[in-house]
Amino acid sequence: MPTGAGVEARLPIRSDMDLVWVRQHVRQAAAQLGFGLVDQTKLVTAASELARNTLVHGGGGHMESEPVVSGGVRGLRLTFSDEGPGIADVERALSDGYTSGGGLGMGLGGARRLVHDFAIETVPGAGTTVRVTSWTARPPRQREEH
Amino acid sequence: MSEAFSGPVAGHVPVLRLGDVLMVTLQGDLHDSTAQQLQQDLAETITHSGATGVIIDISGVEIVDSFLGRVLAEIAAQASLLAARTVVVGMRPAVAITLVELGLTLPGLRTALSTEVAMDLLTQGAPRVGVRRESP
Repeated sequence: MPTGAGVEARLPIRSDMDLVWVRQHVRQAAAQLGFGLVDQTKLVTAASELARNTLVHGGGGHMESEPVVSGGVRGLRLTFSDEGPGIADVERALSDGYTSGGGLGMGLGGARRLVHDFAIETVPGAGTTVRVTSWTARPPRQREEH
Repeated sequence: MSEAFSGPVAGHVPVLRLGDVLMVTLQGDLHDSTAQQLQQDLAETITHSGATGVIIDISGVEIVDSFLGRVLAEIAAQASLLAARTVVVGMRPAVAITLVELGLTLPGLRTALSTEVAMDLLTQGAPRVGVRRESP
């Protein structure tokens, strides 16, 4: 089983250049942990949405990346933190079509659908932390053949 | 997947012209600002050149998030206002699967699996509504 070397990291999110680094890091970490191509793509896309939220709504922050193991299954956990204004109405922010940043309003709710585990903590005036985890295998999933 | 490390690409994406069609190839990981720049460049190029079609090849793009999805949709919408049609070409299967799960089906976006098909669509293809192209 691979070690966490190269997966564990803390990346700043201060500019759209940093979004590119976040995506590159998540793709490489996910590939290293053995994620398939579709799952890599989903996780990188979710990371991109969440990092953009951290940048645009949170005024910048950082992402932490760490490998996790549960029941012999490897996973990648990503934590996005900012010290921005927080989210007043989380349920509303998670609903499709809700936007405060000029986007399509798919960011938060969409990111939640793209990962296996999703948790959000937000304190108005103090910041937001979103923690997501995806696993290289999900028990109920059937093998697909083409 | 790709072992080659591709650093962030900032700046302009080249817009090529092939007859009445403009061709753009997106590669690797785009900066937000590069995508927005492309949107502006295309609007200007369509206006100057009188192009009637735009092909955007995204076969080299590993992820399309809601930002890039929105830029593509806006490019198509603005091209349409400037009397040009847009076809997005070569979306990777993993990207399509992810976009649907993300909730972005981009209904206004016309797609094709290859540049050749896109070219056919734009140069003869689908009926034009109330528009006739003057040809020699």
